[in-house]
Amino acid sequence: MQVVSVVLYLILAPFVGALLDGFDRIISARMQGRKGPPLLQPFYDLAKLFSKQMLAVNSVQMLLNLSYLVFLAVAGAMLFAGADILMSLFILSTADMFLVMAASSDSSPFSTLGAGREMIQIMAYEPMTLLLAVGFYLATGSFQVIDIIRMPYSTVLTMPGFLIGFFFVMAIKLRKSPFDLSTSHHAHQELVKGLTTEMAGPTFAIMNIAEYYEMTLMLGIVALFFINENWWSWPIAIIACLFVFFLEILWDNVCARVKWRTLLDSCWVVTLLSGGLNGLILMLIR
Amino acid sequence: MAKLAKSPWLLHYDASSCNGCDIEVLDCTTPRYDIERFGIINTGDPFQADILLITGGINNQCESVVRQLYSQMPDPKVVVAVGICACTGGVFKDCYNIKGGVDTVIPVDVYVPGCAARPQAIIDGVVKALEILEQKRKAYSEKQEQDSRA
Ligand code: SF4
Repeated sequence: MQVVSVVLYLILAPFVGALLDGFDRIISARMQGRKGPPLLQPFYDLAKLFSKQMLAVNSVQMLLNLSYLVFLAVAGAMLFAGADILMSLFILSTADMFLVMAASSDSSPFSTLGAGREMIQIMAYEPMTLLLAVGFYLATGSFQVIDIIRMPYSTVLTMPGFLIGFFFVMAIKLRKSPFDLSTSHHAHQELVKGLTTEMAGPTFAIMNIAEYYEMTLMLGIVALFFINENWWSWPIAIIACLFVFFLEILWDNVCARVKWRTLLDSCWVVTLLSGGLNGLILMLIR
Repeated sequence: MAKLAKSPWLLHYDASSCNGCDIEVLDCTTPRYDIERFGIINTGDPFQADILLITGGINNQCESVVRQLYSQMPDPKVVVAVGICACTGGVFKDCYNIKGGVDTVIPVDVYVPGCAARPQAIIDGVVKALEILEQKRKAYSEKQEQDSRA
């Protein structure tokens, strides 16, 4: 069973991510009064990127991007294997470090600046992800994903604050406005393309696939809040994931990008208020 | 259609345009014209661009920039000269600082005339460029195959 879900994750996650990205671009376009690209546009983009010239600025960038991809896949695989969620979240942050290194390995001032901002983003979301693992432990008595989904009731009932906090920092991970400081999916931003500025063709495609793995992993964590031992919790979890994703798109379209200081302050305050308070309550009623 | 034609990413550079053509280029991304319908993105990053859109004639100051942008784009790539200034130098042709159209420094594949070039004409030009891009991609992949065999 675990092997099946891991294999399914490794094979399907990029497709799921790319499809969601396609929906994202259409919904965003509709929100802006445009028609938007075809649903399969992310696949066309990937095919195009792989057919382009390999214009590498150095020999190490591709390797670092591949490491980013592999670590994200491992982090996701751990979650879908039902293993330790704490470990999965640690590997997730390790993966991000490879992206920072890939971006700072070239000489472009834009990507160096983007790498710096990515570090700030890591600082902003890290407390919440760690608290999240603790929250799951307090609510269920275990760090193991397999135990969490075998609870008699959905964990969201006892940890709604964590879900709000996680929704907040998920905007950073999905590179959504207001928190898309290091690089953005939107065409225009002040840092050219931020940390992906010097990634061309296949290198950039690898980075995109890695992001699709990450997207699926993030939604997997959202699903963890809803799944319990009953079968009907699974469809509810999927609907909840899609709803959360929609809310992120909405937020992306109505908010302007903030400065790094606001990013740090708001993330930490939200983490402390929603995650911290919820955690305290859980500790008291245990 | 083939790979490149479905996902062409643009890089827009203002050489020495009067800004008339630039505004028309930006117009293409507005809800009325919405070039993203064709999968076209205005990226602003030469490393990720397939089509270089240039507005305005070339002067001595921007010549090196245009050369550099062109060299930073990965193969296969095409260049579209937007507006009569970018095609020939236009009304600024005889100015002491203007070298002439974009083709005085880099090879141009499609010329879009007009002062200012209308968004419809620009989109037409880009679609024409897609055909050329596709031919170039075929030539490029054939060349790579030959290289790998040799
Ligand atoms: S063609 Fe006309 S509108 Fe365009 S840059 Fe030249 S003068 Fe300006």
